[in-house]
Amino acid sequence: MSHNKSSPDFLYHHFYDVNQQYETSKLGMWGFILTEVLTFGALFVAYTVYRAWNPDMFINANLLLDVNKGLINTIVLIGSSLTMALAIWAIQLKKKKLSLIMLFVTFICAAIFLGIKYLEYEHKFHLGQLPGEYYSYMGPEIANMNNPHIFFSIYFIMTGLHGLHVAIGMGLIAWLMYLTARDKLHSAYYTPMELVGIFWHLVDIIWIFLFPLFYLIG
Amino acid sequence: MSDNHQNNYLTYPRGIMSWVLTLDHKRIGLMYLFGGMFFFFLAGVIALGMRLALATPEADFITNDQYNSMYTLHGAIMIFLFIIPAIPGALGNMLLPLMIGARDVAFPRLNLLSFYLYSLGAVFVIYTILAGGVDTGWTFYTPYSTTSTTNVIPMTLGIFVIGFSSILTGLNFIATIHKMRISGLTWYKLPLFVWALYGTSLVQITATPVIAITMVLLILERLLGIGIFDPALGGDPVLFQHFFWFYSHPAVYIMILPAFGIISEIIPVHSRKKIWGYKFIAYSTLSIAFIGFLVWGHHMFTSGQSVFSQIVFSFITYFVGIPTGIKIFSWMLTMYKGQVSFTPPMLYALSFLFLFTIGGLTGIFLGAVALDIHLHDTYFVVAHFHYVMQGGTIIAFLGGLHHWWPKTFGAMYNQTIANICAIGVFIGFNGTFFPQFLLGLRGMPRRYATYAQEYAEIHSYSTFWSLVLGLFIFIAVVNLLWSLRKNNKLDPGTNPWGALTMEWTHTTSPPHPHNFEEEPVLTHGPYDYDKVIVKPTFKK
Repeated sequence: MSHNKSSPDFLYHHFYDVNQQYETSKLGMWGFILTEVLTFGALFVAYTVYRAWNPDMFINANLLLDVNKGLINTIVLIGSSLTMALAIWAIQLKKKKLSLIMLFVTFICAAIFLGIKYLEYEHKFHLGQLPGEYYSYMGPEIANMNNPHIFFSIYFIMTGLHGLHVAIGMGLIAWLMYLTARDKLHSAYYTPMELVGIFWHLVDIIWIFLFPLFYLIG
Repeated sequence: MSDNHQNNYLTYPRGIMSWVLTLDHKRIGLMYLFGGMFFFFLAGVIALGMRLALATPEADFITNDQYNSMYTLHGAIMIFLFIIPAIPGALGNMLLPLMIGARDVAFPRLNLLSFYLYSLGAVFVIYTILAGGVDTGWTFYTPYSTTSTTNVIPMTLGIFVIGFSSILTGLNFIATIHKMRISGLTWYKLPLFVWALYGTSLVQITATPVIAITMVLLILERLLGIGIFDPALGGDPVLFQHFFWFYSHPAVYIMILPAFGIISEIIPVHSRKKIWGYKFIAYSTLSIAFIGFLVWGHHMFTSGQSVFSQIVFSFITYFVGIPTGIKIFSWMLTMYKGQVSFTPPMLYALSFLFLFTIGGLTGIFLGAVALDIHLHDTYFVVAHFHYVMQGGTIIAFLGGLHHWWPKTFGAMYNQTIANICAIGVFIGFNGTFFPQFLLGLRGMPRRYATYAQEYAEIHSYSTFWSLVLGLFIFIAVVNLLWSLRKNNKLDPGTNPWGALTMEWTHTTSPPHPHNFEEEPVLTHGPYDYDKVIVKPTFKK
């Protein structure tokens, strides 16, 4: 029950052919994406519930977020989705160097995103715009508003979980660069890059929902 | 048993590392089996301890706090470390690739990772026990779970980690069922156990992420006071219940659907008859999985729901009875005019039909709002749950274990002892849990270490029969393990029951390390007893 000698080295023993392996991996990844959507789904439900109960507080607390930083992050992340897709396109066309450059640009975009996020978080830590019990900010924007810390609890949990995904994505992209540089990925076998691409687009899409829900509701 | 040890996955390859790092689905299945059985034993002993303490109205040898910890640990361990992982993890892993003619599951390394995540979760749970337990109940309702001084965080962290294991197993099975079938094995030719695993896996990957994030929120609530579930900070404790039951109601179908699959395999084989209503059983599995997502509110009839939501959730709950009824009647019609033989797996399947029907029908009682408000948090709920979970899932699991034991180990247990145990388990189970319906109807609340004198008589019956139940389950498992002794001469042959699914007809018992010595070719459907003549190979 082993493959004949002509079977490529990237084909695992329990698959019949390359196509079956590719299709199976992709199906598994889409299943995983579904679990991610549901994980964030629960948090979107929490957001909806508390916004429905505190509509004015959400709009006023929203003014404390920095729209410009959020906008830059949105552009950076959408751009990185493009470069990720281009990296896959390049490796399909056997352009190893271009693919590596595109992966590197994606990696840098992710780093910029996390850097800007760090600046935002630091500013809020400084002002005491923190979740739950640690909240201490008493500025005029949220005067007379009930429970503004709930907004920041949800903001930090959702963007924090999203940021964790960006960080994990950076690790995966670095791994892809390593594999591509070592010629483990090539035009005949680029499944890991395609799967990480799907993951990266998910990270992007979640941010596309988070950005208006937190920054643009004013 | 084969003389050549290289043809047996149990003996080849050799060495401890070949087990620790194995990618073989059969070995991973075995590790799940023994892990699950260990926790089944542990939680079972805790249950017997509780029953002993409940034999008299006073708290005899344990304090109230210890009792709180015991029911929490019993529930959490049984559910998260035994029932949810045991059938998909043990029997599913063992059988799924064999049933569809694959060399392994789609992602063998992910499969091993999933076992180690399960083990890591188990470590957290064991730590919880050693550190003094946790007293919130397995449901971890806020606000008590955010204020309790016991070990809520290690326990919920353990459940969070086990959740990942469950998700990865589900993903793996879905990809395997979709893409790894041999050519010609179309969806309607799959054994119904595979359909059951498919429905289970769908629920696992869609419901489990929600409990994972809920556990994270609960941990953050305790650590950082984020206020999401804390009314003092503007949060809503009932939102926790919604999140919890959005997972945990579908989770009861994660627990019962694979049991349905086992029964669908056992009954046709031991009745020598084609399964009745194949497509009905297959689609009822999927519809149970779907409806299961729409009924979580029936756990919260007393949590301050609007009357409108109560009626809607109650109404949808009744719908679960339809596909379940279809299954029960299909199994009964399969036996009709078949050659029913009273082998141990069949006895377990028959007791399943009785016990699960009682469990299911009392579920309809509890789905009715008016009745539920009376019965909520009483022993009626405890009895209903145990009729479904123990009378349903665990009985089916024991039946499956007896059915596939010769396949897994190439050894046959003593069938007379196994039959006696199956009957003993049935009697002991009814003796333990039927009185609890009566207790519940008379108003005995659950989760109390002491109770009023008027309940003493019924409680003492329940305690007596629980010891009988525990004893027979113990003997049944020892009987199975006894068959593994080296000097055991009983060779079951390859197909002891004369079954037609691929794991029996296309490979040896125990199977080859690569599952099939030659590429398997599909020659017949899984239940074609009307077309193919196949004889049981085991002679007593």
